[in-house]
Amino acid sequence: MNAAVILFPGSNREKDVCRALEHASGKAPRLIWHGEDTLPPGTDLVVLPGGFSYGDYLRCGAMAAHSPIMRAVAEHAARGGLVLGICNGFQILVESGLLPGILMRNADLRFICRMQHLSVERADTPFTAQYKAGQVIKVAIAHGEGNYVTDDHTLARLEGDGRIAFRYCDARGQIGGAANPNGSLNDIAGIYSDKFNVLGLMPHPENLIEPIIGGTDGLPLFQSLSQYG
Amino acid sequence: MHHSGRITPELVAAHGLKPDEYQRLLALIGREPSFTELGIFSAMWNEHCSYKSSRIHLRKLPTKAPWVIQGPGENAGVIDIGDGLACIFKMESHNHPSYIEPHQGAATGVGGILRDVFTMGARPVATLDLLRFGAPDHPLMRHLIAGVASGIGSYGNSFGVPTVGGSTKFDRRYNGNILVNAMAVGIARRDEIFYAKATGIGNPIVYLGSKTGRDGIHGATMASAAFEADAQEKRPTVQVGDPFAEKLLLEACLELMRTGAVIAIQDMGAAGLTSSAVEMGAKGNLGIALDLDAVPCREPGMSAYEMLLSESQERMLMVLAPDKEAEAEAIFRKWGLDFAIIGKTIAEPRFVIRHHGEVKADLPIKELGDEAPVYDRPSVPTPKAAPLAPETVAAPLPHNEALLRLIGSADLASKRWITEQYDSLILGNTIQGPATQDPGGDAALIRLGDGPKGLALTADVTQRYCEADPYEGGKQAVALAWRNLTAVGATPLAVTDNLNFGNPENPHVMGQFIGCLEGIGEACRALDFPIVSGNVSLYNASEGQDIPPTPAIGGVGLLEDASRGATLAIKRPGDAILLFGETHGWLGASVYLRDLCGREEGAPPPVDLAVERRHGDFLRGLIENRALTAVHTLSDGGLALGLAKMALAGGIGARIELPESLPAHAFLFGEDQARYLATALPEKAEAIRLEAEAQGIPCQLIGTTGSSILAFGEVASVGLDALRERFDSFLPELMAKRTF
Repeated sequence: MNAAVILFPGSNREKDVCRALEHASGKAPRLIWHGEDTLPPGTDLVVLPGGFSYGDYLRCGAMAAHSPIMRAVAEHAARGGLVLGICNGFQILVESGLLPGILMRNADLRFICRMQHLSVERADTPFTAQYKAGQVIKVAIAHGEGNYVTDDHTLARLEGDGRIAFRYCDARGQIGGAANPNGSLNDIAGIYSDKFNVLGLMPHPENLIEPIIGGTDGLPLFQSLSQYG
Repeated sequence: MHHSGRITPELVAAHGLKPDEYQRLLALIGREPSFTELGIFSAMWNEHCSYKSSRIHLRKLPTKAPWVIQGPGENAGVIDIGDGLACIFKMESHNHPSYIEPHQGAATGVGGILRDVFTMGARPVATLDLLRFGAPDHPLMRHLIAGVASGIGSYGNSFGVPTVGGSTKFDRRYNGNILVNAMAVGIARRDEIFYAKATGIGNPIVYLGSKTGRDGIHGATMASAAFEADAQEKRPTVQVGDPFAEKLLLEACLELMRTGAVIAIQDMGAAGLTSSAVEMGAKGNLGIALDLDAVPCREPGMSAYEMLLSESQERMLMVLAPDKEAEAEAIFRKWGLDFAIIGKTIAEPRFVIRHHGEVKADLPIKELGDEAPVYDRPSVPTPKAAPLAPETVAAPLPHNEALLRLIGSADLASKRWITEQYDSLILGNTIQGPATQDPGGDAALIRLGDGPKGLALTADVTQRYCEADPYEGGKQAVALAWRNLTAVGATPLAVTDNLNFGNPENPHVMGQFIGCLEGIGEACRALDFPIVSGNVSLYNASEGQDIPPTPAIGGVGLLEDASRGATLAIKRPGDAILLFGETHGWLGASVYLRDLCGREEGAPPPVDLAVERRHGDFLRGLIENRALTAVHTLSDGGLALGLAKMALAGGIGARIELPESLPAHAFLFGEDQARYLATALPEKAEAIRLEAEAQGIPCQLIGTTGSSILAFGEVASVGLDALRERFDSFLPELMAKRTF
């Protein structure tokens, strides 16, 4: 697995995701400056890390979506290459059209950082093969704009095609109510592209990869990727 | 502010200089200053920059230990933490700006302290915040709480450093002057630390970061005066933060430092370009000549006066090695930051400012800093209060109701509404922080890199005690920090302090300041806990009301193996509960007395530093040997609140027995010092107790964990659900109120 992590001005969780990838695969990913216009040859996985690209002063992810490297990322995705966007990375993916919908401000208008349970909706994708379908996992969330919104038609298609990757839930797997931290439609925490090679999610699995730091429920995502293909 | 012509007494007064201080200025330079020069003196001689009221007293504090690499006087303090690493940290106040404009005031407070730390070559790894708000029902307070929380969060979250701890308390005497103290902690290689001292003649002085605007002019002067009723009119003196620019500045500075190009570096904080340039020159016994035409400006037509006094954020000043200019510039251009050579070091020790070809200022550089007035202000010691015998305090309500009231009180209830707005998990090293447990631990605990070492961090002070007896309160503030670090298993190493006091021209305030400092100094000496950095914030007063003396103590401790850290959560039913330390039922100056009896009186609990040390060292040994399953220090609210927090954190109840020698409420809510509550496997508890006794440490087995109820003998019994409901609801309910 050759992974490339894109560094935008204002990215700030790139070290966290590099550590998770290396922990799972034994191989350090390449850090790629956003101003490059090509990916390293042989790149299997592109990661858009969390952070505040360009300060999030325009809509989150809107500026980064126009960085030179994003054309190469889109071509990589079009060829079926894997792309993972976490938090700000998810926002960049929707702003660049690689995933549908938009991430609005959290319903209560405040940034929220807490431990959060998710249900893994399916375990037959390159990102989740090491989980079980329906498994409840505990990961971190830390965002101010994670309220997933899209039109009814797109939502019906996402649901119908099984493209919901993760949903917010409580420790027992119940969705709805206080278990939804940000008001996302259908408790959506992450979605796939129609070919299941692009995943965007708001939570931070990369921060739960070791027992001493809150748990290891995030690690299987990176193990799934490192063992894919 | 534009001006031409004579320097009038009114103009001098408007610059915050007293008539005798102006006479001193005249004697120093031998002529009338220019308008620009008056501004420079005003910036350098205000309380915030010159420490003129506090300096003679600060000299008495202990600042040295074998592990101290750099004590007070640099951008931040530096200690050796082994393995070739140094920990660099400091705490600083942004009280006045946060009252005037809470979001930006708090945000730039965080930004400023982060810069202090990465200026020295450290990558920031954590921040903490000590907040003091006024009465929760004060009409402005929700606005202030919401703004400060969002401001701290917005800056730290975007910059990418976890906000892992601190302390939030309330008192009506902060109504007109809240406290926002931010502490930043960073890590560097111990042989790659950067200082502010300029060296070499003719070396280029480089301006880096954001452009200079008209924001924050005279911010430090504003921060050096008490508030009057017109505080809101001072909004233009508050700066606006740009955490995105600061994140770029961090990465660019650290990249540049690795090239060997940096001779000296100083961030532009209070008093901006003036203060940073003067400090770099004065420390190196060199002069500084600046040509302001080269300063990157945000708006046209800025005068020399404005450029010199602007407190625009996210700016740095460096002295560069002359052959490295091109390399340095390329790094800054890559990060999209301004880079300009604006002057050079000169042999003659003067501060020379040119603008549009004219000399706007030409002043002796050493004297600007060193010859600032120093005051030994008159002081009146706080009269000693008599101890309050527990028998003289009647219990005003049943004990279970008392517990529920206190755990739902402003000071003791959950602060999650605030701390959830902080990213406390970024960097993936937070072992104990607000998102990992609520109630939180005694100290935050972060792992260093990939481990095994860990840093424990705390910031707190009990201002009730400081007010009742500044000397004992000062001792207690240090002991509290030391104890908090110990309770998670760390060896306490060093302190940063933020001395928040009222108007120093009030002799009673000066008496509080001197008393607290004596107590702090004595405790730091007794506990080998030196002060390596800090900040003094005076004139915290509004409309004649001084704040309570609030010397915030930030503590840093080290764990050789972070996996051996202790938490406060009860882990399983059936564990034995051990109480270490002596319980006399000390209710004087307690939260029980204040919040439930409506009385603020009595001497605070005395702190015996030898006892503190003995108890703490013993507890740390037990934690290191994994002999305990949970540990918690006892502080505000005493044993009952301590046990309640352990139970809530673990979701498991407990039953303890009460002695007959004390009134029940004194035993439950008294705040005797040097105490820890712990749990241990039942088969090990008696051996621990005997070992403690053998070392002269009082230790009692007082109960057992289990069930979903907290039971105190036969006098009180409260379900965890009811406790949790009260603990969780205070801030959400307060902040949901719509009417201001």
